[in-house]
Amino acid sequence: MPLEPAVELLPALLEFPFREGYVTSIIYVSLYVSIIAVSLSTLVSVPVAIVMGFVDFRGKQFVKSVINTGMGFPSVVVGLLVLFAVSNQGPLGSLELIFTKKAMIMSQFVLATPPITAISLAAVTGVEGNVRDAARVLGGTRLDAALVVIKEARYGIATAVLAGFGRAISEVGSVLIVGGNITSSDGISKTRTLTTAVQLEARQGRYETAMVLGAVLVAIVLLVNAVVVRLGDTGGVGR
Amino acid sequence: MTIQRRRFIAAIGTGALAGVAGCSQQSGGGDESDGSDDSGEMDGSDSSSNGGSDDGPGVAGETLTLTTTTSTYDTGLLDAIHPDFEEMYGVSVDAVAQGTGAALETARNGDSDIVMVHARGLEDEFMRNGYGINRRDLMFNDFVIVGPTDDPAGIEGMGSATEALTAIADAEAAFVSRGDNSGTHTKELNLWDAAGTDPGGDWYQETGSGMGEALNIANQQGAYTLSDRGTFISQRSEIDLTILVQGPIGDGPEILANPYGVMAVNPGVHDNANYDLAMAYIGWITSPGVQEMISDYESNGEQLFFPEAVSENPDFQQYVPDGWSSGE
Repeated sequence: MPLEPAVELLPALLEFPFREGYVTSIIYVSLYVSIIAVSLSTLVSVPVAIVMGFVDFRGKQFVKSVINTGMGFPSVVVGLLVLFAVSNQGPLGSLELIFTKKAMIMSQFVLATPPITAISLAAVTGVEGNVRDAARVLGGTRLDAALVVIKEARYGIATAVLAGFGRAISEVGSVLIVGGNITSSDGISKTRTLTTAVQLEARQGRYETAMVLGAVLVAIVLLVNAVVVRLGDTGGVGR
Repeated sequence: MTIQRRRFIAAIGTGALAGVAGCSQQSGGGDESDGSDDSGEMDGSDSSSNGGSDDGPGVAGETLTLTTTTSTYDTGLLDAIHPDFEEMYGVSVDAVAQGTGAALETARNGDSDIVMVHARGLEDEFMRNGYGINRRDLMFNDFVIVGPTDDPAGIEGMGSATEALTAIADAEAAFVSRGDNSGTHTKELNLWDAAGTDPGGDWYQETGSGMGEALNIANQQGAYTLSDRGTFISQRSEIDLTILVQGPIGDGPEILANPYGVMAVNPGVHDNANYDLAMAYIGWITSPGVQEMISDYESNGEQLFFPEAVSENPDFQQYVPDGWSSGE
């Protein structure tokens, strides 16, 4: 970890015009929403990627291009779509999800799923055909072959999950729209994330505090990446 | 290979277990966290206000969703006064800061219970369409025209806002517009209208951003802009702009007045609106005590808002759209 920037930032952190608990609560909300959304996305994306990597079917290219398009879907548009869905007038209106973390999880799920699927798929299809063949030749079933491929593709899948996490936690458009950027009056975040907090600070011209919050965000993403890479190196799938 | 298969099945089993555990924990966690949003609030306020309200008001634990403008939110006023309301009723207030147009639209969709905005024309339309009821005048401050100290259009001290805008347009001096259908933007368009000028050209920039951001942009570009006094004061230490044309608080023209209103979402249109609590909020915020809190609220040593809900001679026009009469 680079120490010097952290040291430079320290005075700014000390002068934070925030009440106690404010920053930790927005970090908590950011992580809570993104981690749940990315977990759900992974549960959907990885099986889809594996099935698509193994099974040929008509329209596969079309499905692929839909997924790839989803990777570039603007987050504000996703926010608007989720807003229409959870708004009182929308199909899910009776659940009263608007301005809650659940609505934010929904929009981040929509945002994170395409990159996780696409990158996992690329990783799965990138495993050389002869690895697959060897598994079959050695007497393995299709399932065994699939396992070998997953094992070979685990770095790619981890990258996919990280990419999805990166997209979810750094995204500001949709969580602002469906979450409402709310803190309660005691300064504890309800639906304010690091990104929307940065946006709020910038809106008020407090660029220094905005930068500090941004640095916190980068540090968290860095940390999560380091942890996942480390897990991949030691614990790894099927070792 | 068989070994691997066994391992795989074991892994699947563990995964499923973990998944189930994760899910139940997740939903539990979700409920819990949502619960703690509410019950946390409730606990907090209960413990602090328990003394007087053992049988508690029936609304305890509920949440009031208030959509409001960036100018009330960013000045910190709401954070300063809301704890009083939350303690009194054992509830929490979710304040969502949007522009006036967006705040009204959110309420129109039934996604908020109460609105606090500052564009009487839009409020009247909202009421006429049946979405808002029980409107009260809440408080006011004023708009000011701010700009760089070197004042290229020479508007400093002008007594007329429209003349000042005309001068800016004639000089083609840079002007930053909110361009976001907010209360301030609406006021600005009305002013251009009154000045008989149709702004356009390179010097006129629509930013589509909140007041604070617009002030920053104007600051960086040495441009003029129209700002509410509250946001300008709370941000003045960060920027180099100065007030060139005063509003009525600084003895400027009445056209720059900036009145805020509050109204409940009509439960006859949106039956999920928390009408009881919205009315409790309106009663609370228009009470003499809270009006005094608003009056006492300061930023950078200056009063930001001037209460106007309490009066010996209530202005009946505050309850109904402009020009409304029972004969309609």
